[in-house]
Amino acid sequence: MLLIDCPWCGPRAESEFRCGGESPIVRPADPAATDDTTWADYMFFRDNVKGLGFERWHHRYGCGLWFNIARDTVSHRILAVYGITDPRPALEGEA
Amino acid sequence: MTRYSAWSLLRAGLSGQRTWTPAWRDAKPKKSYEAVIIGGGGHGLATAYYLASKHGLRDIAVLERGWIGGGNTGRNTTVIRSNYFFPESTRFYDFSLSLYEDLSRELNYNIMFSRRGMWSFAHDRHGVEMLRRSANAMRLNGADAEYHEADEVFRRIPGLNPSPRFPILAGLLQPRGGTARHDAVAWGYARAADSLGVDIIQNCEVTGFDIRDGRIRGLETSLGDIAVERVGLAVAGHSSVMAARAGFRLPIVSYALQAFVSEPMKPVLDTVVLAPSTGTYLSQSDKGEIVVGSALDLFPSYAQRGSLPVLEHTAAGLIDLFPHFSRVRLLRQWAGIVDVVQDSTPILGESPVKGLYLNCGWGTGGFKAIPGGGFCFAHNIATGEAHPLAAAFSLDRFRTGALIDEAAASGIAH
Repeated sequence: MLLIDCPWCGPRAESEFRCGGESPIVRPADPAATDDTTWADYMFFRDNVKGLGFERWHHRYGCGLWFNIARDTVSHRILAVYGITDPRPALEGEA
Repeated sequence: MTRYSAWSLLRAGLSGQRTWTPAWRDAKPKKSYEAVIIGGGGHGLATAYYLASKHGLRDIAVLERGWIGGGNTGRNTTVIRSNYFFPESTRFYDFSLSLYEDLSRELNYNIMFSRRGMWSFAHDRHGVEMLRRSANAMRLNGADAEYHEADEVFRRIPGLNPSPRFPILAGLLQPRGGTARHDAVAWGYARAADSLGVDIIQNCEVTGFDIRDGRIRGLETSLGDIAVERVGLAVAGHSSVMAARAGFRLPIVSYALQAFVSEPMKPVLDTVVLAPSTGTYLSQSDKGEIVVGSALDLFPSYAQRGSLPVLEHTAAGLIDLFPHFSRVRLLRQWAGIVDVVQDSTPILGESPVKGLYLNCGWGTGGFKAIPGGGFCFAHNIATGEAHPLAAAFSLDRFRTGALIDEAAASGIAH
């Protein structure tokens, strides 16, 4: 069970949240002028890292806020919680 | 290799069953191979077997980081079915099911395939319409399907809760569906492949790829370098990790899928049951355990263990269907890391690296696809051309947009 520290509500159980996938994913600026390979890459292809990953979460059964977390996908340890528009914070042990 | 038969069992019995030899050799890697399969699960071993038996390749190795069948092949709930919607999927999965039907004989290894049928239920009017549509689609695509009203469902499945939280209004039965012994599938393919000269190398991790001019030339492994120009990647949930080592990305997200078994009981359930309302599916193993599972833990994970909310959800779904299981204890719980693709259709075929082929994206349903996946993958590696049954499963479909959206069409729960 993950205990996620919602920036607004504080620590809450995993079942109140929904994971919205990898973060950040940047939409190509001009979709009409984007070639199919780049578009497919944006739509479907993911890093899907084993280890430290960054993802957005949604406090679905709480305040409704979207935010980012840094989480290890093997140990499930959450290393940082930060705002949806904030840059990635510096993490302990990160080069 | 000793051929298994009633006679060989009897003969070994005369000497106290002490004459059996290992079912496959403990091979050490050579300096080069004609083809190498990375991943000693069901798909990897089946691929090696069909490469050797159907395409005459003998100089093959299967490299497995842990022990064979120790990943998702040993962690799934062993359901075999072909109840899909689109022709491409049904054709492929039905072919795989038909290979399963004769697999014990072909491998000379009892995989304990049990054609016990599989039921899915409808819980509301819309569900009934979807179920009828599914039954019709399956029949049009050549798979067997029977639509039954509630009375017949309750007559055929004794013990089913007559008034569950989500009422059961109808059922779709695939009579040819069933279960098989998961370990036996891995061991049977391993033994058959080994007898054809395939090297099965365990505790050997592929740590890097030697790629020159966009073409694969060799592998770096924990047991030394191997020169090889044809490589099949069949590593399920770790596909993205291996792809990153080869320098590309995949449209895959890895999730943990949990499964649970209860303490063993006398036979009470002679079929496979899926209730879409809760996503709960269950069957009873030959040992008597209730084998049950439901939804994914819906956040990316490489940890082979699950979260508690899914356990709670699954237990609730199980008891809702069969209230008399409420005092049965769950004995074991585990998770496998599954490779989920946006359209819930596998990826089988070429990768961006020439000579490196992909077998992944099976998501929550890779076990039933083992014989078919191995068969088509072997064809692809041996001939360089996609097998007609798997041609639509190319990685390129994400660029062209020719997705086969079973996630929506057949209501796959993730």
